Amino acid sequence: MSPRARSFAGLAGLAVLAVLPWLSPSSYFLHIVILILLWGFIYTAWSLMGKFGLVSLGHGAFLGTGAYTAGLLWNFAGLTPWLGIPIGVALAVLLAVVIGYPCFRLKVVGHYFALVTLALAEVARLSIVAARDITGGSLGMTPNGVPTPSWIAIQFADKRYFYFLALGLWLFGLWVWRRVDASMASAALEAISEDEGAAASIGIHVTRQKLTVTIISAAMTALGGALYGQFVMYLNPDTLAGVGVSLQIVFAAIAGGMYSMLGPTVGAVLTIVLAEALRIWFGTTWIGAANTIYGILLVIFIIYMPRGIVGLIASRFPAQLLPARRPAL
Amino acid sequence: MLEIDNLSAAYGSFQALFGVTLRVDAGEAVGVIGPNGAGKTTLMRVISGLLPGRAGKLTFEGRSLDRVPAYRVVARGIAHVPENRRLFPKLTVEENLRIGAYMPQARKHFAERLGWVYELFPRLAERRSQLAGTMSGGEQQMCAIARALMSKPKLLLLDEPSAGLAPLVVQQVFDLVRKIRSEGFTVLIVEQNVQQLLELIDRAYLLEVGRIRLSGMAAELKANPFVRQAYLGL
Amino acid sequence: MDIYLVEALLNGLLLGGVLALLALGLNLIFGVIDVVWIAYAELVMCGMYVVYWLYGYYHWPLALAAVLAVLGVAFLGLLVHQLIIAPILGSPAINQLLATGGLLFFLQSFATLLFGTDFRNIGLRLPILEFADMSISFARLIAFGVAVLGAGALYAFLSKSFLGTAIRAIGQDREIVGLMGVDQRRIYLITSAIGGALAGLAACLLVLQYDVHPFIGLSFGPITFMICVLGGLGNMIGGFAAAFIMSEIISIGGFYFSQEIGEVLAFVVFIALIFVRPQGIFGRS
Repeated sequence: MSPRARSFAGLAGLAVLAVLPWLSPSSYFLHIVILILLWGFIYTAWSLMGKFGLVSLGHGAFLGTGAYTAGLLWNFAGLTPWLGIPIGVALAVLLAVVIGYPCFRLKVVGHYFALVTLALAEVARLSIVAARDITGGSLGMTPNGVPTPSWIAIQFADKRYFYFLALGLWLFGLWVWRRVDASMASAALEAISEDEGAAASIGIHVTRQKLTVTIISAAMTALGGALYGQFVMYLNPDTLAGVGVSLQIVFAAIAGGMYSMLGPTVGAVLTIVLAEALRIWFGTTWIGAANTIYGILLVIFIIYMPRGIVGLIASRFPAQLLPARRPAL
Repeated sequence: MLEIDNLSAAYGSFQALFGVTLRVDAGEAVGVIGPNGAGKTTLMRVISGLLPGRAGKLTFEGRSLDRVPAYRVVARGIAHVPENRRLFPKLTVEENLRIGAYMPQARKHFAERLGWVYELFPRLAERRSQLAGTMSGGEQQMCAIARALMSKPKLLLLDEPSAGLAPLVVQQVFDLVRKIRSEGFTVLIVEQNVQQLLELIDRAYLLEVGRIRLSGMAAELKANPFVRQAYLGL
Repeated sequence: MDIYLVEALLNGLLLGGVLALLALGLNLIFGVIDVVWIAYAELVMCGMYVVYWLYGYYHWPLALAAVLAVLGVAFLGLLVHQLIIAPILGSPAINQLLATGGLLFFLQSFATLLFGTDFRNIGLRLPILEFADMSISFARLIAFGVAVLGAGALYAFLSKSFLGTAIRAIGQDREIVGLMGVDQRRIYLITSAIGGALAGLAACLLVLQYDVHPFIGLSFGPITFMICVLGGLGNMIGGFAAAFIMSEIISIGGFYFSQEIGEVLAFVVFIALIFVRPQGIFGRS
């Protein structure tokens, strides 16, 4: 696809997205699209780390931190999410630094890094459950509703408000992805993922680079989690923290293709549509069918399509669609 | 016993052996000399099955070794003492020897072979419970050879046994090989230490850049002017 | 000292036994094949379901159910290696990690599909032993004993037998073992089966004490990984020791605060210790 055609396709896509709420056949359809945009944003955030070999199995910790911080501050201190969310993001960043800095400094990589992040996700989940007096534990918690839709509370009756918020967030995420990809940091991280020692020897500040991308990823994930909480008006430690959701993020990003900008979003489309389709098809009689299929798909993807759906398509149209890269996957 | 006819081998697109023809008869000690990168180790690896050959014939006692994986080559009676010893560092000497007798046929006679090997290598007996990785180079070489002998091979392949060893130790290793030969083992040795090797073996081949350049009896090679100049420094 | 603290310490020790068994299994597989089965706890879950259905539901003899569970999960281990790991042995380690992550998903959801999310108990009421004001569950005591025996058997196998020595050797030099007649593929399969068997054994011990449900793996899976990393991935003895360290932290934390806090504490200690010694307390640098 020539650059011209790509820009045209991009603009056309944006145009459609801009008017989607009015094209949407039903409120349910819009709801699904919003979920896709939010999760697409979150998966994109994860892929910023994943594509450079920093595979985190603990992004649930950042999700939960963002969502629960904003939710708790609202419920107990009446603090508007406009302040609550940034605080949540800041906390997630703090967490990322507290874990990331020592990890990177001490060269905790690969398996060890993945398992440390897994521990982090579990710490987050268990902490939420342990503090059940304020968080509701495994039963979850609901942000206090406001009687009338308001911007201060970021609660709306009309889904369209959420739609544009989610769209804006998603586009923001893509912009960040673009900026990181085009920056020197990207080249540096590439080098680091190939050979850390060699990268350091040519002056790349390994720890700083890794930490930077981790902070960005964590902040975005927290942001996505917080907004997700606002949207569905329900927080639960199993859906917003812990190993389960962390793996879900990894799966979706990889299935869609984590080396490309739109790959994680494709992953979101895949997972959400699949879940909904199965839910409708089987109803509530076959709980677990969706994830059963995810699991099989993930295994198959890893074995046969490690570069995800986008990667598979890209290999048919090599030019332009994917930057030439030797991935860890 | 071992017949190699026009053998070629490669690592991916890099060809390391070009039409090598070589022979080892029962009871002989045959050497392969040549500079670094000549393909000597590659040759060993093809014989023992670590690397598949690209073309040519490789037969042992009349049976083809083509495409036979390493773990089955041992059962045919070929034991390979690899370059750099390659002992299992975190296993003891005795455990390394035990692995040497892993094959079902060898396992049955493990106890008696262990005794025999300890007689041949008394130093190893002393260190039987020592971690292999903590021994000196010479001791490790002994252990590696002993490990290969545990399978009572018909043909013993030795890849650069003197590598990285002090001259005195090299002497000991070669004396050991002489001893092994006298027990009736057939050996094929790859070596960079040409001087010592020519004192030990019956025949030798000169391998350069993947091709056999010369071959002959030890005495012939010792007298050969090219060999004398390039490899014996005379 | 407070007798209840002693009780907690004792319980921690007993809990440690089963965790140690799990850590041994994981470490064995990692040490030999160089992969971490993220879904290891889910294999245990499968074993627990086998015992539940055979003994708790169909009322077959417990011993038979246990043996079948061990064999069943051993076979499952074989399948995991053959179908999932073997095809991607050459891939970067993280692929293998993620592939078993997919397996985790699959097993949890498939169990949900088949059995629903209900908690199921095998209905075996074993006595509680009273001893000097302390209550010790007999089930837990048995679990500890069997776990230690199992660990001992594994140790004997690995150090004395030919196969065991080969299994230990292959992790140290994969290529050369072939020269001694060791078939690498076969060793991997056998190791996977042993790892599965250990998981199956742990399942029998756990099902005596806990209810089974599709997500029970999350209760001890992450902890087992922490134990293995803390002890040095692949280091069997280190993992064994680390299991008891972690289980004591959980138990003591649970005594002073709550179960969850106990676990959080264990994780936090884990993270802190990794920063102090990144290769694990007993890991080799």
